[in-house]
Amino acid sequence: MVSKPHGGRLVDRVARGRRRELLLDEAKELPRLEVGFDRAVDLEDIAHGVYSPLEGFMVQEDYLHVLYDMRLSTDHPWTIPIVLDADPEELGDVREGDDLALTHRGRVLAVMRVEEIYGWDKREYARMVYKTTDPKHPGVAKIYGMKELLVGGPIDLVDELPNPLERYTLWPAETRVLFRERGWRRIVGFQTRNVPHLGHEYVQKAALTFVDGLFINPLVGWKKPGDYRDEVILAAYEALVKHYYPRNVVVLAALRMNMRYAGPREAIHHAIVRKNFGCTHFIVGRDHAGVGDYYGPYEAWEIFQEFPDLGITPLFIREAFYCRKCGGMVNEKVCPHGDEHRVRISGTKLREMLGRGEKPPETMMRPEVAEAVMSFDNPFVEA
Amino acid sequence: MDERKGKYTTVSIPVTLYNRIKKLIEGTGFTSVSQYVTYVLREIVAAHEEARYEEPFTQEDKERILERLRRLGYL
Repeated sequence: MVSKPHGGRLVDRVARGRRRELLLDEAKELPRLEVGFDRAVDLEDIAHGVYSPLEGFMVQEDYLHVLYDMRLSTDHPWTIPIVLDADPEELGDVREGDDLALTHRGRVLAVMRVEEIYGWDKREYARMVYKTTDPKHPGVAKIYGMKELLVGGPIDLVDELPNPLERYTLWPAETRVLFRERGWRRIVGFQTRNVPHLGHEYVQKAALTFVDGLFINPLVGWKKPGDYRDEVILAAYEALVKHYYPRNVVVLAALRMNMRYAGPREAIHHAIVRKNFGCTHFIVGRDHAGVGDYYGPYEAWEIFQEFPDLGITPLFIREAFYCRKCGGMVNEKVCPHGDEHRVRISGTKLREMLGRGEKPPETMMRPEVAEAVMSFDNPFVEA
Repeated sequence: MDERKGKYTTVSIPVTLYNRIKKLIEGTGFTSVSQYVTYVLREIVAAHEEARYEEPFTQEDKERILERLRRLGYL
């Protein structure tokens, strides 16, 4: 059976029809708060139920529970605070109980009922969520760059961000219907930010052996220079699915969601999000959502022991490599041979080869996938 | 987490059960009976909540979604 939404209810805060018109009218008279791209993405994810049961940005009680207990005030597991920051000058006379128009690049995206305005300790946030206060950590750096106050309260989305990947975008209500239409009862979610190599395929297929369907859900949106472009990742996956998966066992859809690099806490967050899409299982990678050496390689697996009530089953599948002696993709647990027989797949090495226009060996990447990547003039995000 | 700021309350259980759990958790990762009981209860409560759920879609919502899924080639 398709997984139940987290907290028991799929949130829908997208204003439609007459209600949307009324809110847009009301917004003309409201004080405005301009939000950046990251918060605009959060708005969409809240409104479309990706963050169910959240109906808006967190009030202080939820914020503190998440920070210290990794749970919402309702006791449901939640590990990453979803907050809206603002400066006192921007808020002006806005008080608790007021409505506020949230704009991005001057366009009204949502109307928010301000339930609470409160201060926060960014260093404490970093210590609890990221387990480090080091400003070199990209997630910590973002937190330190945020504003002085947090504003909590429910939102209603009245407009969407432009979406160049509209054709690949599915929201939780849609995947839940889709999985049922396909007759899938057990669905495994796979999160990625890269083009697929043989190791990814091995992990996905190992998981797929035990379930009905695979939901490949690349994160798209903001990228670092040198990352694969979103359209390249999707084209590469389309090639893989077309040539190497049976028909109707895969759904490929992109998700615009902020990446926090919070390692173990973010692994839980990613699992909850996929539960809202209807997944019953979720593949958790080694050092999932990690960056540098801030987290141990298996911390993202261990943290799942603390959540008996998560409502989605994590699958911990070991990293795969090609073994010449075995003649295929294997992992540490099933291959008895030494390192001299093993071909480790390095994402960095693949990137360098593809960047030079060189096709990687078939022990690392499917030729059709490599061709799809190389069909782009520049597959990488430019500086 | 060693710095919980959450609030706690007291629930009574029979002393015999308390002693049984205390023995059971010796040498495990659980550091107290309360921690064990919380863990087990959360697992059970979540399972009971799951059993009660129904999708909130109206037939109209479902038709709208199916139409988009067909248009995008997912169905």
